[in-house]
Amino acid sequence: MKKLINDPQAVVKETIEGFGWAHADIVSVSIDPDFVSRAGGAVAGKVGLVSGGGSGHEPLHAGFVGVGMLDAAVPGAVFTSPTPDQIAPAFAAANGGAGVLAIVKNYTGDVLNFETAVELAEADDIEVATVIVNDDVAVEDSLYTAGRRGVAGTVLVEKIAGASAERGDDLAAVTAIAQRVNTNAKSMGVALTACIVPHAGEPSFDLPEDEIEIGIGIHGEPGRRRIPLASADDITEMLLTPVADDLALAAGEDVLLFVNGMGGTPASELYIVYRQARKLLEARGVKVTRSLVGNYVTSLEMQGASVTVLRLDSELTALWDAPVHTAALRW
Amino acid sequence: MTVDVAWAIGWTRATAERVIARRAELNGLDRQIGDGDHGENLARGFTAVVARLDALEEEPAAIGDVLKLIATTLMSTVGGAAGPLYGTAYLRAAKVTGSPTLDSRAVVAMLEAGLEGIVARGKATTGEKTMVDAWAPAVEAAVAATDAGAEPAAVLAAAATAAEAGVAATIPLVATKGRASYLGERSAGHQDPGATSTAIVLRAAADAAVDVVTQSRA
Repeated sequence: MKKLINDPQAVVKETIEGFGWAHADIVSVSIDPDFVSRAGGAVAGKVGLVSGGGSGHEPLHAGFVGVGMLDAAVPGAVFTSPTPDQIAPAFAAANGGAGVLAIVKNYTGDVLNFETAVELAEADDIEVATVIVNDDVAVEDSLYTAGRRGVAGTVLVEKIAGASAERGDDLAAVTAIAQRVNTNAKSMGVALTACIVPHAGEPSFDLPEDEIEIGIGIHGEPGRRRIPLASADDITEMLLTPVADDLALAAGEDVLLFVNGMGGTPASELYIVYRQARKLLEARGVKVTRSLVGNYVTSLEMQGASVTVLRLDSELTALWDAPVHTAALRW
Repeated sequence: MTVDVAWAIGWTRATAERVIARRAELNGLDRQIGDGDHGENLARGFTAVVARLDALEEEPAAIGDVLKLIATTLMSTVGGAAGPLYGTAYLRAAKVTGSPTLDSRAVVAMLEAGLEGIVARGKATTGEKTMVDAWAPAVEAAVAATDAGAEPAAVLAAAATAAEAGVAATIPLVATKGRASYLGERSAGHQDPGATSTAIVLRAAADAAVDVVTQSRA
């Protein structure tokens, strides 16, 4: 293992310390319990947005704390959900008196720990609503699985719900917007290589040099099938088609197209994927009116990408366009 | 014969030692069907449990006090699914063990409460390739041993043996709960890490009871 770290056990704390100093104008960092919140504290009368999950997906979630997006982010150990005694204080730090929306990716550990934290917060009279993000179409949604995973679509939920909260919507309205984004955003990813979790010191899974894994989650965990390496255009089609089909996109609809890098893939390749995804959408008569390309929900140094499509309407478009000022996203 | 607070402490320390010693093995099992951190998370949690145990100024009065200390420590240090699941199991077990000693019936009640906690939190049932596939047969075996008149150490040994058989029986199962469920059919052929750690915990309980019996006879 070749990594720029000191001690595998100290990775998360040292990350958020550095992050806090680098972005002191935007965030403040709490250590023990570990969480990141907006500099200046909760905004009075505004719904607070809190998200969190395992570390190793940077810039998710701390990179999206700031005006127009999250009020607090809670990092767990690498690829492990945070604990309730971290999450509950983050709820308190984000609460400006109008309640808090928790944005939780659909992984068993995240859901269980956030549920417990919501109970703790409610005991302190903080109202918390929860939206579970489950945009990954790679996993068949059935009675026999724990549901679909929350992946890159989480960023879109956080941005748009963040804009809704920032314009003064109440908790019910912000929650409804977040749910609407979740319902209309679908994703699918591919891994070309595995990543190395620092405390494990070896690749998270074995993937032969000439094979790729289609339908991965954001830990590189499998979803659909393993196939021989194919061209970027062919792989993009394998990602885009199930996403577009699941959304039942019709000609004439507007969408946001988001190509997300998993951490180890250069921007050039992400743009090649974006190019083909856009051509495929246009061939369906779907208009790409907003775009995002880059490393936003990563899996350490894994090579790979995911394609997310969000069906837009005028309100979601306006909320997407609203100003945002975070470490990783700003306009 | 009964088991006592010294047993509960011995059980806790033995669990910590074994989880830490088998950290890489548990990570490896989790790596095949999950994200590879089950051993790491439990080792972190039980290391914190032992530190809190060492810091206690006086010996806990009841077995439940030890189990509650484990529950709250695991919930606040483990994260993932294992933190809330084990935390809830120990918490529910603590609620029915508020006495200094436990006879065989009380041991069964403790194991049943733990299982109910896991089932309530994880909403899993047997056959889904989870911890429940080790816990449920362990409880069944403990009930049978108690009905046959076994003492607590033998009840715990029967539970541990059944849990270990349950672990082996998870290998062919297709996961339908937890992260391994995302693998679907491909999860078959792999041993479940959560069931494995459950068997470690229960074997530690049985071995600690043997130690207590051995010491009381020495």
